[in-house]
Amino acid sequence: MTIDLKTVKKISKLARISLDEEKAKKLEADLNSIFEFIKKLNQLDTSKSEPLTSVVDVKLQLRKDEIKSQNIRDQILKNSPDENKDFFVVPKVVE
Amino acid sequence: MSNIIDLTLVDLVENIKKKNLSSKEITKAYVERAEKSKKLNTYITEDFNNALKKADNFDNNPDFDKKLPGIPIAVKDLFCTQNLRTTAGSKILENFIPTYESTVTDNIWNEGAILLGKLNCDEFAMGSSNETSFFGNVQSPVAENLVPGGSSGGSASALAAKLTPTTIGTDTGGSIRQPASFTGIVGLKPTYGSCSRYGIVAFASSLDQAGPMTHDVKDCALMFSIISSYDNKDSTSINFKREDYLKKLNKSIKGKKIGIPKEYRVEGMPKEIEDLWQKGINIAKESGAEIIDVSLPNTNYALPTYYIVAPAEASSNLARYDGVKYGFRSKGKNLIDMYEKTRSEGFGNEVKRRIMIGTYVLSSGYYDAYYLKAQKVRRLIKNDFDEVYKKVDAILTPSTPSSAFKIGEKTNNPVSMYLNDIFTVPINLAGLPAISIPAGHDQKGYPLGLQIIGKTFDEQNILNIAYSLEEEINFKNKINDWWI
Repeated sequence: MTIDLKTVKKISKLARISLDEEKAKKLEADLNSIFEFIKKLNQLDTSKSEPLTSVVDVKLQLRKDEIKSQNIRDQILKNSPDENKDFFVVPKVVE
Repeated sequence: MSNIIDLTLVDLVENIKKKNLSSKEITKAYVERAEKSKKLNTYITEDFNNALKKADNFDNNPDFDKKLPGIPIAVKDLFCTQNLRTTAGSKILENFIPTYESTVTDNIWNEGAILLGKLNCDEFAMGSSNETSFFGNVQSPVAENLVPGGSSGGSASALAAKLTPTTIGTDTGGSIRQPASFTGIVGLKPTYGSCSRYGIVAFASSLDQAGPMTHDVKDCALMFSIISSYDNKDSTSINFKREDYLKKLNKSIKGKKIGIPKEYRVEGMPKEIEDLWQKGINIAKESGAEIIDVSLPNTNYALPTYYIVAPAEASSNLARYDGVKYGFRSKGKNLIDMYEKTRSEGFGNEVKRRIMIGTYVLSSGYYDAYYLKAQKVRRLIKNDFDEVYKKVDAILTPSTPSSAFKIGEKTNNPVSMYLNDIFTVPINLAGLPAISIPAGHDQKGYPLGLQIIGKTFDEQNILNIAYSLEEEINFKNKINDWWI
């Protein structure tokens, strides 16, 4: 199967990555060559194979939910791209 | 005594313990060489002044019981370092200052090591040539305009050029072993769950592992003993008894059963690689190992499987880069527009390509056909190894299907770039440990590596086999300081 330009644009919406026409066309070609390569998997019969979700055979452990970092609020906010010393700021979302 | 930078890590530690050398002398030697080596573009962030201060502090108040007393080390810029910029080679994290330290680097500093700075890598570790970094490509010390491999390309280049006595990288599909092979150094990808992933910028969480890159196998055993630890901050960290891998290191290869998988004889493999592999087989045999032909029938499907699983996990992991709490932000007319522009401008082409693949294979209607299918094939690939390990103790293969290539040679064709990892990717899919050791040169004088793959948590065994082969191979890296 091939991935058309419409699909590329739909994926870019889902991935929240804006694309101009030129980039979308380039990606269409790239993705098609990659999926052509991936297609090989269809040769394999996997009807009897259980999906492998983890290579480690461990039960997930619970740990206490404790605060370990102290007084790093300012440092964390300093990484924020929009300068404001008290909050994370985003464009207006409610009219 | 030879030059400081020519000493191995183990020798440096010994010299510092015997007070033949101070931490300041050692740190200064590496800093001075790094200052003369800017052309290689190995560093994204230098922390030399702090390193020299820390070295002074160590010398004034030394603790020689540590395993890395006052040893300066530069690390891949994928490890979060508290209060020092961590970029993952991306514009989107260009100004990110972590408030926490990765467990693996924490383990190193706890043993007395000193941070020199952060090393270049492919953006979010996605690449095999260090050409996808926002901070520019890295030059290999082997030859001008040659790639050092990737994604831990800055690490490999800095180590081979002797700008750091050891380093750590990360390996999701070959990102330690392939650059190690390209630059004539040793690189270990440990068993999944052996080294904590906490504080490592995530790429594909079911595949990512940190590991040492060193000049020789002894150094590798020392570093692995230090970075491997159980960590409850990583839910897939495994609690098992860690050894002192250096203390237990020995050249025991006699009687070991070593498997040679026929599927790794790929079509179009250069004769030099074939010859190198045969040389490894002969040496192992002469050293008393038993060579057994084995089959890993699903090897051919590993790369396509990887290029579904890894991008799928990456698309999910990289969803956090939205321009809100940290990192780069682009202006948009509303929130969604801001997200889309931020991610479009903040990520490079390869990262965007992989996010797109991942989003597609996880999207409604395609999940079963791609992602679920890939997980089923991943099971078959792991079963292949389980089957073979009933008969052998380790597997020997080449590390890469070719030697290093020129900068720009493969950037226009993503699939040809992906094929670089054909021998390394299956190991990540199965969660196994594997080490690449330098084993020879091709006609152009570029290094070539051999890979020894072990059973789960059998790092000691592959280190021992590597140690034995290393002695017989007696590899000498041909670095002529062309950039100085």
